[in-house]
Amino acid sequence: MVPTVTRARRYWALYLMLLPAMAYLAVYKYAPMYGIIVAFKDYSLGEGIVASPWIHPWYGHFSELFGSPYFGQLLRNTFLLSIYKIVWGTTLPLVLALILNECRLTWMRRWVQTLSYMPHFLSWVIIFGITGAFLSESSGLVNRWLEQLTGHSVGFLTSTDWFRSVLVGTEVWKDMGWGAIIYLAAMVGIDPSRYEVARVDGASRLRQIWHITLPGIRNVIILLLVLRLGHVLEAGFEQVYIFYNLQVYPVADILDTWVFRTGLENLNFSLAAAAGLFKSIIGLVLILAANRIAKRWDGQLW
Amino acid sequence: MTLVRTRIKTRANSRSTTRISSREDRIVNGIVYVACALVAVVCVFPLLFVVAASITPYGEVLRNGGYIVIPRAITFDAYRELLADPAIPRALSVTAFITVVGTALNMLLTTLMAYPLSRRDLPGRSAVLLIALFTTVFGAGMIPTYLIVKATGLLDTVWAMIVPGAVSVFNVLIMKTFFEGIPDELVDAARIDGAGELRILVQVILPLSVPVMLTLGLFYGVSHWNEFFQAILYVRDPDLQPLQVVVRNLLARSQATENADAVLPLVTVQMAAVVVAAIPMIAVYPFVQKHFQKGVLLGSVKG
Repeated sequence: MVPTVTRARRYWALYLMLLPAMAYLAVYKYAPMYGIIVAFKDYSLGEGIVASPWIHPWYGHFSELFGSPYFGQLLRNTFLLSIYKIVWGTTLPLVLALILNECRLTWMRRWVQTLSYMPHFLSWVIIFGITGAFLSESSGLVNRWLEQLTGHSVGFLTSTDWFRSVLVGTEVWKDMGWGAIIYLAAMVGIDPSRYEVARVDGASRLRQIWHITLPGIRNVIILLLVLRLGHVLEAGFEQVYIFYNLQVYPVADILDTWVFRTGLENLNFSLAAAAGLFKSIIGLVLILAANRIAKRWDGQLW
Repeated sequence: MTLVRTRIKTRANSRSTTRISSREDRIVNGIVYVACALVAVVCVFPLLFVVAASITPYGEVLRNGGYIVIPRAITFDAYRELLADPAIPRALSVTAFITVVGTALNMLLTTLMAYPLSRRDLPGRSAVLLIALFTTVFGAGMIPTYLIVKATGLLDTVWAMIVPGAVSVFNVLIMKTFFEGIPDELVDAARIDGAGELRILVQVILPLSVPVMLTLGLFYGVSHWNEFFQAILYVRDPDLQPLQVVVRNLLARSQATENADAVLPLVTVQMAAVVVAAIPMIAVYPFVQKHFQKGVLLGSVKG
């Protein structure tokens, strides 16, 4: 039995390789965790993290946050947007995967698949530009049609009635094909003899989908759903930040956009850090719980 | 016996098009084809429309009362006007820089981290993994991270868009999983031949890892090309803004603030900007999409 130290010495080259990435993690992932203490201080830019005075009571910023009437709205917006995205972002890719799985023309299946996951690689800025080309009130194609048909235009991007639908719709457009890939992979893994048996028993195509394809990928569906629930507090900062405007804050402002504005635009670092910490802790609990549940469907992340 | 044989026979045919189809089959196939065509149109039409809008001359816009899908005349004035504004070429060079340098740094660090972690015999491997994994479930948040980026002197430099995201732990896991699939015998043989660890990585592992390298390189490359988040957080200097931020600002500009004697409507220029920001992705996409798919599966199923 070689002592651990000599054993470890043999691996010095490997440890050396690990060093740069570990240094990165230490500085840009773990050091900010220390920086969380600004949530318990009255941070001032001039004095820095260490010298800024502690706040009394220590939970002062949290009580300010939870006591604010705006907090309820933020939480509501974050949850609603997430839930809508989870519902549509699960069902539509599933439907697309079923369609592709039933498509008997190989060339067509391949083309549609390729085209449908292309939008995933476009940035939110580009998608915002495209959305404007269709939905903008002054020049959008859809609004021109609406005006010809009904005489009215709709402010899709500026009305509180429509804004969430725009966010959910654009997200589904961006990631539908991408989301379908994994369902499709699971469907390909289903034993073909089960379809054969069903066919011999006289099952129609729809019944085959219902009794074989869907149960065959049930675990994957549940697993992905559970994991997405673990991220329910992340409603998509970049998308919302790029799309939103003053008129739609009541329905669009989420925790992350509020933290950005409060901390970096209004320089209220401590309050924003408190909100961020709240989000991180709830997020941690949700993700660990989600992983716990996912384990039951034999597919935990780690 | 005959029953078994027929079953095998039909099974072989069941997923092909040559099978004699029932009435129900034809209906389902019809619906599927229509749905497929619809999906393809929904995905492609918006892009075509934006391209069309960007090359439509002003006169055409006025005559049609707006943009139409196939313009009757074509002009590249919008692109000329766009590129004449120094902000766009400058932003393009910033984005090109962070894409090239950032991706190179990402790949270097990711490989250097993934290879040792793929070695099951490395003492302390699980501790390192745990330290890395914890960062994927708990993040300090936007504000403390901003303060550290500030403390390390990156604010208002291009490095603020490269260094804080130098390694993605998820990508490390994907690469590590791929490396673990490479037979140990190859590594052992190289070691017997006297190769050191770095040599094994470069001469044995990397040549066998082209698919995962391409996939992750492209993932990183795409995310740098689309850089927005870190730029708005850490970069105030307008000369250092990457393309996506400049295009976003251009898109947010309204017709009301438009220069009265402009030759083109603002929207045309905006659409040209969208096309410029999207072109590299669209151009590279056909060549690499098959690798992407493989990469996603690697990451989500086995990762």
